Amino acid sequence: MNSPADTSRVTSAKIVIAGGFGVGKTTLVGSVSEITPLTTEAIMTSASEGVDDNNLVPDKATTTVAMDFGRISIDQDLILYLFGTPGQTRFWFMWDELVRGAIGAIVLVDTRRLADCFSVIDFFEHRKLPYLVAVNCFDGKQLHELQDIRDALQVSQDVPLMYTDARNRESTKQVLIKLVEYVLSMRRTRTVGVG
Amino acid sequence: MVLGGDEPTGSLVRPYAVTRGRTRPQLEIALEALVEATARGRSGQFLGGREQKVIVDLCGGRLQSLAEIAARMEVPLGVARVLVADMAADGLLAVHEPTGFSGDDGADESVGTELLERVLSGLRRL
Repeated sequence: MNSPADTSRVTSAKIVIAGGFGVGKTTLVGSVSEITPLTTEAIMTSASEGVDDNNLVPDKATTTVAMDFGRISIDQDLILYLFGTPGQTRFWFMWDELVRGAIGAIVLVDTRRLADCFSVIDFFEHRKLPYLVAVNCFDGKQLHELQDIRDALQVSQDVPLMYTDARNRESTKQVLIKLVEYVLSMRRTRTVGVG
Repeated sequence: MVLGGDEPTGSLVRPYAVTRGRTRPQLEIALEALVEATARGRSGQFLGGREQKVIVDLCGGRLQSLAEIAARMEVPLGVARVLVADMAADGLLAVHEPTGFSGDDGADESVGTELLERVLSGLRRL
């Protein structure tokens, strides 16, 4: 078989792509992924709080939450996954798993529906997950000034904010690069601060 | 006659039937953890059931994440996690956990930084 000779260094990383319904998360993932975006589903039993034994309630209602994701092989030993999150923040159970260990997140924004991402931003700030805001330009139109968007979202000046075109590979690539650079710069600042 | 469009899109088997009703895996596996078939798994002699063969076939060529296995098998994530954990416990699969960059999981900062730099240069090469 063609497995790498030494697989002990093999590891993976992930970046979370968040945003409201229909904002273009899957399009963004697909623009850089080496595979056609896949969908995975998690089954959540609703009203499960306080019920430990599922067998006691045989016909409990279930909700399925779908996530779309793509993959980029960084090198032979390192694979980066991009996970598009379900827009609904009521599925918090899913988000915990998604953000655990993530490099950071991209909040994809449609300026016509800015409010869709308020709860997502709150969540990332609460969890101290580094994020940037990418404003998806539908039809290449930049409808608003970035500073106006920043004010409306009430995100600090440190958080990178940029335009993107989710359909465009180069554009998506720049957003991903920006996020990783931002995370690295935060680490350096922290190290300097401590030392 | 069954027309194509009328075929059910989902499995008729209840999702957790393949795990015999178990919903808790023997091992917590991250969404993005990479799974690889071991020599023991690839030998095919120790596989129990159709699902195990499918998983070994999926992971034989190149590394696949838990999420990819779930998606390609069209089973919920939780089901894939139970199946993969069982097979890892039996030495049929090797699971490479992700490094982890954020949160309070005590991730090693220097390892994280080195990996981030690799990710960055990989993205620039795209």
